[in-house]
Amino acid sequence: MGKIRTPYLLLLPGFGFLFTFFILPIVNLAQTSTQTPVGGGDTGQYEQTFRFQNYIDAFVENKEQFGRSFVYAIIATLLALAISYPLAYAIAFKSGKYKNFFLVLVVAPFFTSFLLRTVAWKQILGEEGFVVPTLRTIGIISDSTTLTSTAFAVVMGMTYNFLPFMTLPLYASIDRIDPRTLEASGDLYANGFTTFRKVTLPLSMPGVVAGTLLTFIPAAGDYVNAAILGSPNTKMIGNVIESRYFKIVDYPTAAALSFTLMAAILILVTIYIRKAGTEELV
Amino acid sequence: MSFDASSARGDLILTRITKEYGDFKAVDDLSLTIPKGSFFALLGPSGCGKTTTLRMIAGLEEPTVGSIHLGETDITTTKPYQRPINTVFQNYALFPHLTIFENIAFGLRRRGIKDVDAEVNKVLNLVELPHLAGRKPTQLSGGQQQRIALARAIVNKPALLLLDEPLGALDLKLRRQMQIELKWIQKEVGLTFVHVTHDQEEAMTMADTIAVMNEGQIEQMGSPADLYDNPETAFVANFLGQSNLIKGTITGNDGDSLVVDLYGQKISVPKNRSHAVDNSMYAGIRPEKFRISLLDTPVSGNVLTGGRIEDVSYIGVSTQYQVEMPWGQELMVFEQNDDGVAPFNKGDAVNISWAPVFTFALRGDEDVTAGSEVTPEDLDEE
Repeated sequence: MGKIRTPYLLLLPGFGFLFTFFILPIVNLAQTSTQTPVGGGDTGQYEQTFRFQNYIDAFVENKEQFGRSFVYAIIATLLALAISYPLAYAIAFKSGKYKNFFLVLVVAPFFTSFLLRTVAWKQILGEEGFVVPTLRTIGIISDSTTLTSTAFAVVMGMTYNFLPFMTLPLYASIDRIDPRTLEASGDLYANGFTTFRKVTLPLSMPGVVAGTLLTFIPAAGDYVNAAILGSPNTKMIGNVIESRYFKIVDYPTAAALSFTLMAAILILVTIYIRKAGTEELV
Repeated sequence: MSFDASSARGDLILTRITKEYGDFKAVDDLSLTIPKGSFFALLGPSGCGKTTTLRMIAGLEEPTVGSIHLGETDITTTKPYQRPINTVFQNYALFPHLTIFENIAFGLRRRGIKDVDAEVNKVLNLVELPHLAGRKPTQLSGGQQQRIALARAIVNKPALLLLDEPLGALDLKLRRQMQIELKWIQKEVGLTFVHVTHDQEEAMTMADTIAVMNEGQIEQMGSPADLYDNPETAFVANFLGQSNLIKGTITGNDGDSLVVDLYGQKISVPKNRSHAVDNSMYAGIRPEKFRISLLDTPVSGNVLTGGRIEDVSYIGVSTQYQVEMPWGQELMVFEQNDDGVAPFNKGDAVNISWAPVFTFALRGDEDVTAGSEVTPEDLDEE
């Protein structure tokens, strides 16, 4: 009997934690999402009336921000993938004895606060930073164009902030590839590009899938980048939820939006994993 | 520089190849011709440069100096995928994400061959694994993976097939079986095989010609029998099988033979097996060529007298003796257990005799421990 019980006992703290900090809040959130204001009550007073219309109202009112969240998150994910893949490849195959050093560099941004790093981007892209004057000098942007408070700045901030979440799983996946399979591919008449397409990329797909998910999911729900680097025109759904909760004190709409976001991410991710066919991979 | 060398055919010619890694010369001024259609083995201990040589032939490394030709075509700097050369890698390097069928079809598809199905099935039948076409490499045993790696290479009918220690990961019994099979397949498909190995028995079983490599150079090249019976250096004498090397002096001529003095006893050595450059030499005799006899038994041929049996080990097909000679050296003798005679005993006073034709002579300045599996230095380290 003791043998059977031990694993469950070991799982108990985990279950307890998840129950208190995940299950209970989710149930609470679900209850809140169908509430309506108490007639004649104070601001922030709601009662349960099972009004599912809340969901439709919340979505219709904020569909622009929803769309923007997913577009920004997808662009940031693709950019992060484009930056991370060569980086992870170089660390795995070309860095020799400096491998660990480069990995530390990838993780190093986590040593300072997420918020501070995002504020730093505001300066980098600001009028006093070096980016804007440089781009103006070489004529890529006009003298009247600014980069702060634009969609560009928000997407850049997101790409930067979530880059390590892309790089690390990609690295883990590419590092596991036996370099001799790449030699074998060259030996069997595949040039560099074909070898990448037919051997390297398929073998690194688990990393690509994990990296894109770890980037896309937090990016879609992010509000810090849009709040610091964006403008009212670049508001994402995270910003709406934040303001509904803390500023307008409209709990039911915030809760309904949260659930809708969760469902949308879940559906997208499911389709993506099916398409990527990870179950086919080793 | 890159051009299409895929149609090149003919002998493989390495001309004065050197490969340096920093200060280290992995291959040192090596020249070699491998005739079309032969089963050629590069044999040597680890670090002798044999794998580097193979990788240069495959195009995975570029020589620092020297050139590589396939027939008339210079392939020294062509990319691996431009060479009509395929490799069976040491750990097979099968593509884990592809089925066995797709692994074998890989080269055919890259070259745009039409009838992929027929070609793959033909080679799967050749290696007797047609039922595994749909599996993934991880679902196969080591021996099966080895055959698939071979099939994946030979399906392309390359001008040259390179085998990099292909049997190293298999157990002894499977290895012996695969050796025979590989030799049969080579005859069947008629390709040139270049086999890299550190296992002298494997090289001798399979190859028509063996090049023994040591420290980046070819020590000696020839048929297995040549190398075994007439080694030119102590390294070859010790690396291929075992040898008794006895210090001696050439004292005269007797027709086709040299008269040699070994610690006061005269023996005869065929001139065509002498590689000595002056009077100082080592006489070499393989342990199985010796015959032991008690002192009063008459014997002919070369005889060394005054031996005493120090150790007897019965190992089934033969009995191995250590015989101490008057000058203190212990000689190794393998006697076949085929004559019903009771083995000699420890302490017996004996003569050692052999047919003079089985004697070879090495230069007197050779390091007699070169190429031995266990050198005295190795023992000191333990």
